[in-house]
Amino acid sequence: MTLPVTQCLIKLHEAHHNLEDYQGGVPRWCTGCGDNSILAAVQRLCRDENLAPERTVFVSGIGCSSRFPHYMKTYGFHGIHGRAFPIAQGVKMARPDLEVFVNTGDGDCCSIGTAHWIHALRYNTNLTVILHDNHVYGLTKKQASPTSPRGLKSNTTPRGSTMEAMNPLTVSLGVTNASFIAQAVDWIPELLFDVIQKAYHHRGFSFVRVIQRCPEFLPKMFEPWLHDPGRTLLLSHPNGLTISPELSRTYTNQIEHDPSNLDRAREIASSEDPIPVGILYHNPAVPCYDDLRAVSPMRTSEQIRAGLESELDKVTVWPDDDAPARRVA
Amino acid sequence: MTEVATLTPDPVRAPGLPAKLRDAETLSEHIVEVISDSGEGAQRCGQSLGAIAARTGNGIWTTEIIPAEIQPPARSVAGASGIRIRIGTKKVTNGGDETDLVVAFNEQVLIGRVRAGELKPGAQILLESMWREHRDPKIVASYVETVDSLKKAGFRVYEVPLERECHKLVADPRKGKNMFVLGMLCNLYSLDPRLGHEQVALTFGKKDPKVIKVNQGLLEAGYAWAEQNLDFKYRIPAVRSTEPQIVVNGNTALALGVLASGMDICAMYPITPATSVSHYLSDVFERVGGIVHQAEDEIAACAFAIGASYAGKCAVTVTSGPGYSLKQEGIGLAVMAEIPLVVVNVQRGGPSTGQPTKVEQGDLLTAIYGSHGDAPKVVLAVSGIEDCFYSMITARKIAETFNTVVVVLSDASLSTAQQPFPRPQFDADWLAPPLDQTPVPDRAKPYDWDPVTGMIHRFVPGQPNGMHTLTGLAHDRGSKVAYDPEINEEGLRNRSLKIAALQKTLRTPPVFGDPEGDLLIVGWGSTKGAIEEAVEKMRAEGLKVSSLHLTFIQPMPSGIREILQRFRQVVTIEANWADDLEDELIDQDNRRYAALAMMLRSRFLVDIDCWTQTRGQPIKPSEIVRFARAKLATPTA
Repeated sequence: MTLPVTQCLIKLHEAHHNLEDYQGGVPRWCTGCGDNSILAAVQRLCRDENLAPERTVFVSGIGCSSRFPHYMKTYGFHGIHGRAFPIAQGVKMARPDLEVFVNTGDGDCCSIGTAHWIHALRYNTNLTVILHDNHVYGLTKKQASPTSPRGLKSNTTPRGSTMEAMNPLTVSLGVTNASFIAQAVDWIPELLFDVIQKAYHHRGFSFVRVIQRCPEFLPKMFEPWLHDPGRTLLLSHPNGLTISPELSRTYTNQIEHDPSNLDRAREIASSEDPIPVGILYHNPAVPCYDDLRAVSPMRTSEQIRAGLESELDKVTVWPDDDAPARRVA
Repeated sequence: MTEVATLTPDPVRAPGLPAKLRDAETLSEHIVEVISDSGEGAQRCGQSLGAIAARTGNGIWTTEIIPAEIQPPARSVAGASGIRIRIGTKKVTNGGDETDLVVAFNEQVLIGRVRAGELKPGAQILLESMWREHRDPKIVASYVETVDSLKKAGFRVYEVPLERECHKLVADPRKGKNMFVLGMLCNLYSLDPRLGHEQVALTFGKKDPKVIKVNQGLLEAGYAWAEQNLDFKYRIPAVRSTEPQIVVNGNTALALGVLASGMDICAMYPITPATSVSHYLSDVFERVGGIVHQAEDEIAACAFAIGASYAGKCAVTVTSGPGYSLKQEGIGLAVMAEIPLVVVNVQRGGPSTGQPTKVEQGDLLTAIYGSHGDAPKVVLAVSGIEDCFYSMITARKIAETFNTVVVVLSDASLSTAQQPFPRPQFDADWLAPPLDQTPVPDRAKPYDWDPVTGMIHRFVPGQPNGMHTLTGLAHDRGSKVAYDPEINEEGLRNRSLKIAALQKTLRTPPVFGDPEGDLLIVGWGSTKGAIEEAVEKMRAEGLKVSSLHLTFIQPMPSGIREILQRFRQVVTIEANWADDLEDELIDQDNRRYAALAMMLRSRFLVDIDCWTQTRGQPIKPSEIVRFARAKLATPTA
């Protein structure tokens, strides 16, 4: 590929970043928390994609996972519980030039922020979203979350939770305009990175659910899956993930799944065991809200003046009696 | 059809008036009402009449009468839909007292207005007469009985065959009656029918030219019918303004203000009576590069606006009471993180769903104290249609200068009221400065609280070297989460200081009337016109009454204490709840005061009384006069 001289010069001046450029404060998550794996994957993504830290924004809600922006050396918005989606949409709509990520948890996204989650899928704003799903409320010290398995004993369900867990994948795949739905697990970092990278490259609302461990409150929850790789189902496809030979030696339970097949995606997503990992659904053709309705970057004061004057003309009473007749005509 | 231009010359300027016109009774003002079933176009008729009168040079104020349902049952007392137009020689600042002349499309909608005491004794009633010949004897009986009792009560009833006359021109007279009535009213108020023609063309501008022609025909027919059949006629002399005026309602003025302020984004969720702001914006905003985002709920609308503002484009969210309650957590976040945000609350009756289409000033304290913790913000109230326009420019500017939340309170009566005001002259200074994307100096902090003013230089995404994570948690100057007692207090102190810094820039509001006297009436919001009209009337009678109207309520400008001290008694007049000392259980120890009275009492330690009304109707000047006279007659302790 050849580049014009000016572009070459620009390229020369473009900063190249290393991992430290994205590393903010020392994470205060518990040792062994899945959030750490996600942070590592995302920092690697930023470096590999050479994202300008000043043009990158991580938006989060409230919860353990929503601490995420504090540990990035980019712009961050640690907002309020459940409202990360509309805040991120506002950021993206006002500033399409920014790279906007959302970090949310199972309480933040699937409970208090559910309305926003459903509608965010439908708006299909160009955001990369990571649902840190540890199946429990951590920051408030162990209460059942919507994704907690039935029977979970917690501080609010001492005799075991009574309802079946919500499945965020099937919910997402049921929403009109869903355009990118994927799943990863914190204990396979290689695929976690691959999935997040695919999500980043999708133009639209890329929704990645990461099943992660909470060593403090649910230490043994995923042990059966860790001990038996056969209970993890890897989804591969030329338009999805490519599984490395090394990984294939351990994770032999694999199927080829075409991410354009929505019905099949819903079928696979329904399975809790084995846990599917990979790109469930991808449709690059769904229009993005921010493309359909973005604020014009070329908005000038002259344009605003002209718009205002033409509106005022319609409702003006002129001192000269004949003027309105002329204006109406 | 007679050529319309020859029907009558301009009543104000033409020297050779026809005989009947010369007999027109000259009035300084009149209040006319058009009421119908929902969907019969009474509001369109009245808005057009108001616009024609305004273009003639009259002062006008229109007040819509809106039923709560979209399709209430036909011919029902509760279903009355319509509009009241107060037309005057001078500038009209409020809806006034009771109605002088009403056009009613059926007797049932009229009954509601009579029962509510909205008609003057002896008012003229022009009533559709077709019900007299209706095939349902019950309807005939109801009609006859109503007409008789109205006549007995002293009203002057004129039965008008509206549909029969319209049927001569259109197949479905139900849809054309309103323009026939407009023609009648143009005749009765000696308004130039040419202006009527133009107004019809404007009103139906988006439709087929045939539709305009048909409606102009109905207008002419109404005009001619009134000329031939009615034995009275009025003339309200007009003083044509020397400068261009615009005629819009409060919500349209707010929308135009958003456009003029240079804000890019309005995020909203439909709610009465605020929604029409976004209707108008949705139509015009995107043509100049802005967007109206209809969010999935009120909370999302607020959060979306906060996101946009954070990213450097100050945004506005427009709502009413219930939506305002839902936005509280978001407002607190914007206060805590010091993100500029403009929130418009077009108040309606509350609490809960309350009275969606009716006026109330019940949200003042929520606006000031809303959101948990100490969440200082700026609260200003618009008091007229012109205010609605300029408030958006002011609010955007304050929000961005002080990195704070600005709440603008309007209300249901202003939302649909129309009043002409001088056409705004665009000023590029109204707009926001361009987005700052320059690198942040080394060691600069996102919360570099100024020790005197508490103000900060906010960093906006895109600015190199400014990266930080904004948070709703307590934070230090670097935006780092901090739990130290000193840091928490430092943040609270600085966020509060900013409000004081703004306060230092505010001017003392002027006293209407003498600067001292026996009674000072203090008001805020949409009651301004009615209060000042009442004060003017009482002063003409020699009473020592003045008034003071507040636009900025949080912070409150300096100089108010001194004003209050120069009056023997001070009372607020507000459209919100206050306990009545006449009630058996109510005394000075447990009385709940009206919102502004409470604010003033606590701030100035002055024993301020209050008089309020929560009937869902704009407060009338005559009611204020009645109260104030009684108040002056009562000896003070």
